[in-house]
Amino acid sequence: MPDHTPATLMPASVDDTAALLRRGGYVPDRALSTSLYLALKLRRPLFLEGEAGVGKTEVAKVLASTLGRDLVRLQCYEGLDIATAVYEWNHPRQMMAIRLAEAAGRGHDGALGRDIYSAEYLIQRPLLAALQPHRNGAPVLLIDELDRTDEPFEAFLLEVLSDYQITIPEIGTMRAVEPPIVIVTSNRTREIHDALKRRCLYQWLDYPTAEREREILKARVPQAGDKLSAQVVAFVQMLRGLELFKPPGLAETLDWAQALMVLDASELDRETVEATLGVVLKYQDDISRVRGEITQRGVEQARKAAAP
Amino acid sequence: MTALAANVMQFARILRRAGLAVGPGKVIAALEALQAIDIADREVVFYALHAVLVERHAQSELFRMAFERFWRANGGTAQSFLLEDAAKAEMQNPIARPMSRRIDEAFALRRTPHQSGPPGEIPEMIASWSAAERLRRQDFESMSAGEMAEAKRLMATLRLPIPDVLTRRYRTSPSGSRVDARATLRAMVRAGGVIALQRKRRVVRRPPLVVLCDISGSMAAYARMLLHFLHAVTIDRDRVQVFLFGTRLTNVTREMAHRDPDEALARVATSVKDWSGGTRIGQTLGEFNRLWSRRVLGQGALVLLISDGLDRDGGTGLAVEMQRLHRSCRRLIWLNPLLRYAAFEPKSAGIRAMLPHVDDFRPVHNLDSLAALIAALSAPPKADREAA
Repeated sequence: MPDHTPATLMPASVDDTAALLRRGGYVPDRALSTSLYLALKLRRPLFLEGEAGVGKTEVAKVLASTLGRDLVRLQCYEGLDIATAVYEWNHPRQMMAIRLAEAAGRGHDGALGRDIYSAEYLIQRPLLAALQPHRNGAPVLLIDELDRTDEPFEAFLLEVLSDYQITIPEIGTMRAVEPPIVIVTSNRTREIHDALKRRCLYQWLDYPTAEREREILKARVPQAGDKLSAQVVAFVQMLRGLELFKPPGLAETLDWAQALMVLDASELDRETVEATLGVVLKYQDDISRVRGEITQRGVEQARKAAAP
Repeated sequence: MTALAANVMQFARILRRAGLAVGPGKVIAALEALQAIDIADREVVFYALHAVLVERHAQSELFRMAFERFWRANGGTAQSFLLEDAAKAEMQNPIARPMSRRIDEAFALRRTPHQSGPPGEIPEMIASWSAAERLRRQDFESMSAGEMAEAKRLMATLRLPIPDVLTRRYRTSPSGSRVDARATLRAMVRAGGVIALQRKRRVVRRPPLVVLCDISGSMAAYARMLLHFLHAVTIDRDRVQVFLFGTRLTNVTREMAHRDPDEALARVATSVKDWSGGTRIGQTLGEFNRLWSRRVLGQGALVLLISDGLDRDGGTGLAVEMQRLHRSCRRLIWLNPLLRYAAFEPKSAGIRAMLPHVDDFRPVHNLDSLAALIAALSAPPKADREAA
């Protein structure tokens, strides 16, 4: 069992929420702090949408750790079904119970049916687990990349997200004693149905401004130093303005700064950038476009921007 | 009712007129949100209402303008939402920027009149089979108004039988290949004795369909007819996305979703700004690849590209974008009305750039060609997909 720190109190204002996230090394903007504060206060799920690598999943992780709650994570994928997301009956145990009952001479009566369909034979999957009481208070439930599932699963989520309850045909409806803090993320690989969004607070996470990105880099990769950080941010921000097929996200910025640290780079130069472009850009078209003149110009600009 | 509630309701009405879906549930949530925050902080009020009332990123800009107008109209003070007469404040002060037209209209308390096309002609009964037969072969371009109306009616009955794809879900089925443990257990408890295995099989469903339709000048006659066909397709199945392009790309999926074809097409007409202009295929496909492909081509989508391939930019950058599009979808089908000419040769630079990157290339200029398309779509995908 991991060591549990006592649960922190819920933030009492928007500024409190921002401070809470900052304690966990997450630098939020005002929009995110406000919607997160409201989500906690009004007990509504928070729906975070944005390009890949802008820190959607991180919000839930940081929230769980700073509030001292458990994090229950449901990674979505196509074909996700009730048995992997919500609950499953423990069939071998049920089978065993039936054989034992037969061996003991008890026939198949209603009691056996009730028996093997009790909580004892239920295997909890993330959604059901999130509704159970936890030691440190209601957990943070992260439903990650909801856009990867198909619509039938979305429809099922409606019941969970609006009433914090799950209906199991053999038992009945199970309701959360204390509703979990729900964070839903989507990369927008398809539109999520309005009915689901209506039950949530909506927040679009954009690429950070240069100033905020420097702040984030400082919080996450402090050993990179101000000069290199400023250059990395300037270069990445330049890339985002290029209309690439996949512009680099915040995650790429952090990875890149770390990669540069490993290579002992103290500032950007053309060779280092070209050698490490694969950390920032993930499509060959984009890399071959940026390599060469654009890199050269970008490095010069970044150096100028970072000069005191 | 408090002044706060009255103002929130008034603001919600304005948003509703501007096209945001703001129901009573959202108004209540907005009130709760405002009570939970410091209402004197303009920025926080903005973000709080944004979190509650906005559902899609595309609505953000509209919301921002509406909020600023509402705020300014009410004296620009922090307590706008508390002022007694804020709701009645004079809000007529049209901003010159074109983007705010919808907001202006919403504030002016006018309903946007839907531009409905000319009253549809009532299709006359087809006199004989031969007339129907002629209609099926006739080029859309040369049809009279009456013939068009009849063709539209026929088109509305067309269905796209795209083969289903296997999902990763299972459903109980006596002939299934896998054992359904849950159903087996239930049967055992009921019956007892011998274990009667229950089986399950995979669920199949239709793949998503994405349509990219050229509406430039050279395509005008076909595009207007095909829109009826596309409407029938959109209504018939879920997961259909329709984009129109000329010199720019417009997503008309939401407009198309209206059940009545005339109403749907009227909405499409008002939202599209580049009817019958030039074509920039490379540029608009690039825009699609950058902004939409990741959002709509997931889960094995099938793409119908409807265009004559006559590009104003002479095919610049077209090959790259076509290749990208081809790689992002399961199957790319190009429908080209120019194929009706027997002597058609891919001479134009645009067509030559596009041809190597499509899985299928077919004509689409009359009802027969649409029927042929439907037959082709029902066929299994070509085996040489990888080699293409």
